Amino acid sequence: MDYITIDHMVVPIEGEKNVLSLIRKAGIDLPTFCYHSELSIYGACRMCVVEDDRGRMFASCSEQPRPGMVIYTNTPKVRHHRKLILELLLGSHCTSCTTCHKNGDCTLQDLANRLAIDHIRFKDHRVERPLDLSSPSIVRDPNKCILCGDCVRTCDEVQGVGALDFAFRGAKTEVMPAFNRTIAETDCVGCGQCRVVCPTGAITIRTNRTEVWEALDDPKKRVIAQIAPSVRLAIGDSFGIPKGENCMGKLVAALRRLGFDEVYDTNFGADLTVMEESKELLERLKSGENLPLFTSCCPGWVKYCEQKYPEFTKNISTCRSPQGMFSAVTKEFYKERDKEEGKETFIVSIMPCTAKKGEILRPDNFTDGKQDTDIVITTTEIVKMIKYAGIKFETLADEATDMPFGLASGGGAIFGITGGVTEAVLRAIAPKQDYTTLQEISLSGIRGDIPIKETTVTVGDREVHIAVINGLGNAGRLLESIKAGTAHYDFVEVMACRRGCILGGGQPVHPGPRTKRSRQEGIYRVDLSSNVRFSNKNPLLTELYDNFLTGKEHKLLHRNLSEE
Amino acid sequence: MKISNREALTTERLNAQKEMERQQVRILICAGTGCLAGGSDRIYARLQELCKDIAHISVEFGKEIAHVGIKRSGCHGFCEMGPLVRIEPYNILYIKVQESDCEEIFHETILQGKPIERLLYHMNGVTYTAQEEIPFYAQQTRIVLKNCGHIDAENIDEAIANGGYQALEKALFTMTPDEIIQTISDSNLRGRGGGGFPTGYKWKQVARQKETIRYIVCNGDEGDPGAFMDRSIMEGDPHKMLEGMLIAAYAVGAQEGYIYVRAEYPLAVKRLQIAIAQAEQMQLIGDHIMGSDFSFHLHINRGAGAFVCGEGSALTASIEGQRGMPRTKPPRTVEQGLWAKPTVLNNVETYANVPLIIMNGSDWFRSIGTEGSPGTKAFALTGSVKNTGLIEVPMGTNLRKIVYDIGGGIKNDEQFKAIQIGGPSGGCLISTDLDLPLDFDSLKKRGAMIGSGGLVVMDIHTCMVEVARFFMNFTQNESCGKCVPCREGTMRMLEILERIVNGNGTLEDLDLLQELGETISDTALCGLGKSAALPVLSTLKVFRNEYEAHVIEKRCPAGNCQALRKYIINPDKCKGCSKCARNCPVNAITGKIKQPFTIDIKKCIKCGACQENCPFDAIVVES
Repeated sequence: MDYITIDHMVVPIEGEKNVLSLIRKAGIDLPTFCYHSELSIYGACRMCVVEDDRGRMFASCSEQPRPGMVIYTNTPKVRHHRKLILELLLGSHCTSCTTCHKNGDCTLQDLANRLAIDHIRFKDHRVERPLDLSSPSIVRDPNKCILCGDCVRTCDEVQGVGALDFAFRGAKTEVMPAFNRTIAETDCVGCGQCRVVCPTGAITIRTNRTEVWEALDDPKKRVIAQIAPSVRLAIGDSFGIPKGENCMGKLVAALRRLGFDEVYDTNFGADLTVMEESKELLERLKSGENLPLFTSCCPGWVKYCEQKYPEFTKNISTCRSPQGMFSAVTKEFYKERDKEEGKETFIVSIMPCTAKKGEILRPDNFTDGKQDTDIVITTTEIVKMIKYAGIKFETLADEATDMPFGLASGGGAIFGITGGVTEAVLRAIAPKQDYTTLQEISLSGIRGDIPIKETTVTVGDREVHIAVINGLGNAGRLLESIKAGTAHYDFVEVMACRRGCILGGGQPVHPGPRTKRSRQEGIYRVDLSSNVRFSNKNPLLTELYDNFLTGKEHKLLHRNLSEE
Repeated sequence: MKISNREALTTERLNAQKEMERQQVRILICAGTGCLAGGSDRIYARLQELCKDIAHISVEFGKEIAHVGIKRSGCHGFCEMGPLVRIEPYNILYIKVQESDCEEIFHETILQGKPIERLLYHMNGVTYTAQEEIPFYAQQTRIVLKNCGHIDAENIDEAIANGGYQALEKALFTMTPDEIIQTISDSNLRGRGGGGFPTGYKWKQVARQKETIRYIVCNGDEGDPGAFMDRSIMEGDPHKMLEGMLIAAYAVGAQEGYIYVRAEYPLAVKRLQIAIAQAEQMQLIGDHIMGSDFSFHLHINRGAGAFVCGEGSALTASIEGQRGMPRTKPPRTVEQGLWAKPTVLNNVETYANVPLIIMNGSDWFRSIGTEGSPGTKAFALTGSVKNTGLIEVPMGTNLRKIVYDIGGGIKNDEQFKAIQIGGPSGGCLISTDLDLPLDFDSLKKRGAMIGSGGLVVMDIHTCMVEVARFFMNFTQNESCGKCVPCREGTMRMLEILERIVNGNGTLEDLDLLQELGETISDTALCGLGKSAALPVLSTLKVFRNEYEAHVIEKRCPAGNCQALRKYIINPDKCKGCSKCARNCPVNAITGKIKQPFTIDIKKCIKCGACQENCPFDAIVVES
């Protein structure tokens, strides 16, 4: 086998594309700002610079491994250069760490600590620039940008949106939308993936914690929480709980301690979505109109499609997202009681997603002209609230969600992962609903990391061609091939973020391969341990459809398209 | 006329030569950017007007009866002496011609063939009538620039009459692509853009790629301050470069090419557009060139003024419509260049050498220049030298010959101090380097580089710290901003240099400069970044005493740094007229009338207004 030598250790080359991967495989955590395995190699931060046995220095991220190479990652020269580069970055960075949203979670801060920077010889002469608060999803603080370009590449290469790019030259270089417009004036869909990769506080979540605290403090408000499927698998990351563990019980307990009146599960909303979307699919298959049917659960995707491919808007399912359905039904449910008790129901949804913050503001998601979900806060924000309140999350005993909307199927649970919506819908429309069916569907090729997954199932006497997409850039590619007539589908599921909501823009960051895998496994474990795995077999739904929802399905569960 | 086969080119050439011979007198007015700025367009218009009244005079080439041809040529190279007018067949070169001289030129020289003494070049008491005898030209070896200044750059016939496209014909019809690449490899032609990478090897790498769509790109983004070699070729003999690109395309199997020219070179763009249009019309560019199976299409792409776009990967990104930023390599441009296809990227001068090598063979080319760097190199000679301009000399020519023999020595016969070679990426050479042969390898050994070929001569009145600051300012402004060492590091180096020239530097600053310079050189992403610190590091090494004078004594030994100047009034010369005091904007000068005045150093802002206004030269700068 071919190998290279790294700091006197022999490391086999096993298909790694760059020296950095080998160094990391060797157990050396070489610092980087601009290297991400899923983005193009950029080579700008120069933190990963190493020296070879001939004294040549190079950035290990952009060097191909050659058998017999001898690399040193810790020579006096390398240490000196790395430290000076970091000092240079810090010299042009604001030092307001204590008041920064990224305090304690910042790669720059972490590296300054690791490299023992105790003194910066350069003064920051930059003029302070204003924050961009135009987006409901993210906040851009140009003062904290270190120009690693991670957001630019993520937005362009992964998401195909390209809302951000570099402007100007030399020390005046900045990342900004074209013509220094605000984020709101761009095609930004609010997915928040830029914030996930941002190593500093230059792009952060637009936080709504204050509104939630105010609601909790208001005795007139019935504050109801709904918890999205993928939140429970990621929140533990912030409390030292093993990755991918289902923390739903602890989260419910923590929310009760924070003062939420009712705590429900968005998975229930997802079950509703499965019912409606299945119906819609069968109808469209019958009529042959507006095929393929595109899913509508992901607000990032819906906005992307509307902006970049308006001709496909009619193909998007008219269903509201699980969040939307849940809030509409819940508000309707509490309407009478609110009147009797003189209260106001206030729905806080806890989401893995920054785009959900935008979704609730869309008039087509309103009921009777009113906003249903009052506030969306992300996993990251609820973590901060729990920490603020001093709740020792990791020690909490599991508690169950409230009723009547606390029971959900495994089909609803897997909405948080790519392929999950499709899998749940296929379960619901399957003629035989048994364990074999479940296994067949899970093995049909709709699970896994692949950006564009395809499968074909038989519904009645018809073959149904299905595509499952994650990552908006991939959605763009698929739409192009549908437009070109080279691809034909009947049902297409799209999630804006790669791998789905488990890696959404509002989740705790540092998504290494281990995080990705453990959240994937975790969400399927939730499904496996559910009492009910077919959404249509959720007993609460049957009850709801038979009584409360009769005649109100369209009003509460579908988007109000005339409002557009 | 279309050239649809080999023979047609020969016919065309003979016709074009015949036409040129009919012009009994040819007036070549330099229409390079420098002379145009000096008003050569008005000279052209005036001479045309004067000539139009004579019978059988044509001002347009190609007419039946043409006795006098008035041409706008490309740069003659002797820019210091512009506007230049060359008159054939006498080979007279008139210098610093004004519109008012036209009448005399017309009557004396054009009609009677008599030279006008006062418009000729004089040096050391000798008057030079013929251009070729002027030392500036006589000491050069003009191969690539041979036609520059001698032909009408906007007329393809004149290029063809001078052997244009003959090398292409030879390549297309008598050589295989492999043979062409072999010839170029054997010639050891090295890239004239600065890196000195062997051109033949580059072509070979592109030719052996699996991908069959390939591109030819010409780098005409000459951004070094003071460099204008490529511009002169594009303006003066565009067809030579186009021919080189065509041969390259045929050799590597490319179907399409791009010329990336700076938008600041409008004339070069115009001349290239004309040249391509004319070549297309004659089937020398386009489908089935000269009736062969070889087709090649050429586009011009204007750069928006970024220096970094001269870097290969930034240049291709810019053509693609992306922000011009260098990317990491591999993949290299030869593997994945423009639109991620294999790409031959050479600069203007390199392409212009190709037809010569194809025509005359690799042995001929190797007979010029040095073993490791054969051929010639064009340099833009500027700064404190008598004859600034564009020169071409064999590789390996030493600085002494360039500065003293061709350049005529230092202006005002001052003492030579240093020469900055290779622009902001290069280094400083000093008097002990005067006998250093200028070629790729010996300069590299010396820690400098040829770069694109800018030579800025400096005399003892040049402050080397200020020179370093100037280049650092350039580099910082032109840094693409991508990698941290270049973006932040050059900004900090500039900050320190500004501090030093303003008299606020410390000895620690010198160490920090060195430290920053080394980190930038070792860790920057692209070639421009890696060399960004060279002007500072090389001056810091050679002229450390000057830096130390600035930071320790707060003194600029060259008397150049304004903030460090100390103005004093010589009491012996001062007549006490008070003119200085009246012109001082900060009231720093006081004194009694008819008695010597004095300057309060603390108040003085070193603007120099007193010195300018003193009628008795009593105010001096102490250094």
